[in-house]
Amino acid sequence: MGLTATGGGRLGVRRPRRPRPADGRTTSVAALAGKIVLLGAVNALAVFGLLTSFAAGDWGIFGFVAISTVIADYVYFSKRVAAGKYLLPGLLFLLVFQVYIVLHTVAAAFTNVGDGHNLDKPRALEHILAVSEKRVPDSPLYRVAVVTGSGGTLELLATDPAGQVTLNGEPVTAGVTRDSTGKATALDGYRTLQLRDLTSRQEEVLDLRVPLGTQGALRTQDGATGFLARPALRHDPAADTLTDVENGQVYRASATGYYEAADGTHLTPGWTENVGFDNFARVLTDTRLRGPFVSVFIWTFVFAALSVLFNFALGLLLALALNKPGMKGRNLYRSLLVLPYAVPSFLSALVWTGMLNQTFGFVNQTLLGGADVPWLNDPWLAKGSVLLVNLWLGFPYMFLVCTGALQAIPTELNEAAKIDGAGPWQHFRQVTLPLLLVSTAPLLVAAFAFNFNNFTVIYFVTGGGPNIPEAPITLGSTDLLISMVYKIAFGGAGREWGFASAMSALIFVIVAGISAFGLRRTRSLEETYS
Amino acid sequence: MRLSKVSTLAAGVTLLLTAGCGGGGETAAPSAAATTTGPAPGATTIVEPTDGPVKRAQADLVIWADDTRSPIIQKIAQKFATEKGVQVAVQQLEFGDIRDNLVTAGQAGEGPDVVIGAHDWLGKLVTNGAVAPIELGDKTSQFKEVALKALSYDGQLYGLPYAIENIALFRNVALAPEAPKDWNALMDNALKLVKEKKATVPLGLQVGPEGDPYHFYPVHTSFGSGIFATKPDGSYDPSQLLIDDAGGLEFAKALESWSKKKLLSADLTLDIAKEAFNTGKSPYMITGPWSTEDAQKAGIDLAVDPIPSAGGKPAAPFVGVQGFMISANAKNKLVANDFVVNYLGTPEVMKELYDTGKRPPAMISVYDQVKGDPIIAGFGAAGDIGQPLPSIPAMDAVWTEYGHAERDILLGKGDPEKLMKQAAEKIRAKIG
Repeated sequence: MGLTATGGGRLGVRRPRRPRPADGRTTSVAALAGKIVLLGAVNALAVFGLLTSFAAGDWGIFGFVAISTVIADYVYFSKRVAAGKYLLPGLLFLLVFQVYIVLHTVAAAFTNVGDGHNLDKPRALEHILAVSEKRVPDSPLYRVAVVTGSGGTLELLATDPAGQVTLNGEPVTAGVTRDSTGKATALDGYRTLQLRDLTSRQEEVLDLRVPLGTQGALRTQDGATGFLARPALRHDPAADTLTDVENGQVYRASATGYYEAADGTHLTPGWTENVGFDNFARVLTDTRLRGPFVSVFIWTFVFAALSVLFNFALGLLLALALNKPGMKGRNLYRSLLVLPYAVPSFLSALVWTGMLNQTFGFVNQTLLGGADVPWLNDPWLAKGSVLLVNLWLGFPYMFLVCTGALQAIPTELNEAAKIDGAGPWQHFRQVTLPLLLVSTAPLLVAAFAFNFNNFTVIYFVTGGGPNIPEAPITLGSTDLLISMVYKIAFGGAGREWGFASAMSALIFVIVAGISAFGLRRTRSLEETYS
Repeated sequence: MRLSKVSTLAAGVTLLLTAGCGGGGETAAPSAAATTTGPAPGATTIVEPTDGPVKRAQADLVIWADDTRSPIIQKIAQKFATEKGVQVAVQQLEFGDIRDNLVTAGQAGEGPDVVIGAHDWLGKLVTNGAVAPIELGDKTSQFKEVALKALSYDGQLYGLPYAIENIALFRNVALAPEAPKDWNALMDNALKLVKEKKATVPLGLQVGPEGDPYHFYPVHTSFGSGIFATKPDGSYDPSQLLIDDAGGLEFAKALESWSKKKLLSADLTLDIAKEAFNTGKSPYMITGPWSTEDAQKAGIDLAVDPIPSAGGKPAAPFVGVQGFMISANAKNKLVANDFVVNYLGTPEVMKELYDTGKRPPAMISVYDQVKGDPIIAGFGAAGDIGQPLPSIPAMDAVWTEYGHAERDILLGKGDPEKLMKQAAEKIRAKIG
């Protein structure tokens, strides 16, 4: 996304700039037509979005689409808001892909959402009650048919193992039609429903309970066989408790999002519950996290800083080398250098992992002639290895950025420096680099923020390892804060989204702080040199 | 635990994404290649299509299955659709993605009616209220007891069992004509072959970057240890972790010695082990039915034996049971139950499923039909002494640390007993 901002788009475009059409009016008809077509497409898409979100009853999305479409139409048809024309798409995408995600994460951080707490309370209760209804042990199985009488209500025609037929629990003998196995399939005066008829009324079929004897009620789950079932739990809506029918154990709705008994046992599933600052408190007070946090924070910082430094240095070097006008095959070299950028990073990372395998890897076996270098198994070498892989993945970006930025430096300046007698180093140090930094520094800050959370490289190259056995939590030598969060929140007995969100929110604050500081410094750079 | 890292991450990312847009009430789109097998003639009372942007295919019965199983399920579904006049759709997903997608879709009350799944998912699926109990009636007696037990959770049955799978010892008959009578015989022969340059990998026991407790488990249990102790009712007790008991520590020390003898290597991944075995460069490999086809295609003269005991006790592998489960959010529970219990639960269908996947069947009559196949018999013999893979949520806390400990021991990172004890402490802290 930074590419277009700094003129990566100018790659290959020769200065001076493309001349603007001298007369705006000659293009206005075509431009207007284009505008109408494009906006028409956007509006059509919006109407589609409105219809689907309306059908799904999703009012948040409905409102957002409606408002942003109205704003878009106003901005692009109005003659007054010129700046808005440039800013609006970016702003909308920022809202959807950044602001919303951040807000959603922060909202989740105040809940216990995660395994066991994924549902809302009514659905959790419904599920607990549904699961609690068990077949009476060793009770007979019935073969059933669902029939409707004159009133249209559903009734169960059941044949017990002995061949006795009952309708809604009452024995019937007359008018029964049986199939070859002796199962009653129809009854005079009633209509037997086939499966495809049942599908449209299946809630009714599934809710049918025919009290039969003292043990339980006859029910069917497939419309063909029936069994005696009885619920093991009874819900008291007034007190919001569940009582075990057999032993009288009472489960109360607790603030932790479970129906919990006095002895601490609870029923699953639970529900999502607001827990206030509990997740944040846990991050800050858990003593097992404190020690690792400091060392991991330092490594994360070092990793991000060195990644940016190395990637930028190599990218710049190559950009400078290929910036010489008139060089043969320059575009070919440039294309080749961008290749690592074109391969999905997780794929490259996995290939690197294989190549760096200590015993079987290409690097040790072939390049180093059977050496035994523990590239990924030694804590320090592993740190170097992830930086190396990240260099491979990251330098093409910097190369592109620098190539673009170099072409934007006015040639007069280079000539002036030459005339003033500057050597190549002095020229680079005092003319090229400062001017380059003006345009690339914000990108370096962005790259730092990106690498600070570079989960992909760590996860696929080392998985955070090599493991540190003596650490109080699951932790490896190359774990970044974000991969540590992953291990803590998802490595225990279940996935804790709420807790993970709280930690992510804290990391967001750290990254935002560092970025804000970096961008301020960038601005001062800009003021000095422009 | 055989899930590749990629698919695990993919699932994780999917979850992250959906958590991100959970407010929208939309669920991650499974890479669905929906194929509708209907409408059947005369199906006049088809349930109205569900409104809104749901990801489930528009049909009365939606089944999520993986690529190997979906063609056969589709065939069976076709028959069901015609006979009952309903519409059926089979959606294809990565096997490893089904579990998490079912939970995510369930949060929004969406998802399929039926999924094919593994029994060790149940802890997660049940605690998240994603699956519904199933009543097999008198069909229960037709299935192996271990399969029904594995698919039960908190006293309820959650699936129709279809295949039982476990790992066993693969042997390249050209390199090792005889089944090893014990672990030392295996080791001696394997190391001899490497010395004679007839093999490059003595024993294909995969480790990978985070260790692989699933594949090491039979070796571990042969020292009389295990992961969890069992309660009187046969279920696992998460409060009693066994990996650092006396047998577990013996196992730890043995691992170190095997690493020194170069029988095992921490750097051996599944890909490397498989490549070596399938090119005839490795006499033995500890793996499961999923590797059979490739080895046979590669022309290896394959024999499957029980895993020899290293510590004197039975080498019990984990036994996994695959089955058809019904979603708690099924739109058509009635049709789903009818399909699973009355259609899939027949010997003919189970045999057809066996013919495509070659996984040892869970239905007794079908198993009896196919047990003449020496490969199936080999897996069966190895699995007869197996233990069900724990499905309790606490198991999630075990894999990583336990795997790291084994790997660190193989790497020679310290005293094996201490490494195992450290891992056990961390697991206990996680389970709480």
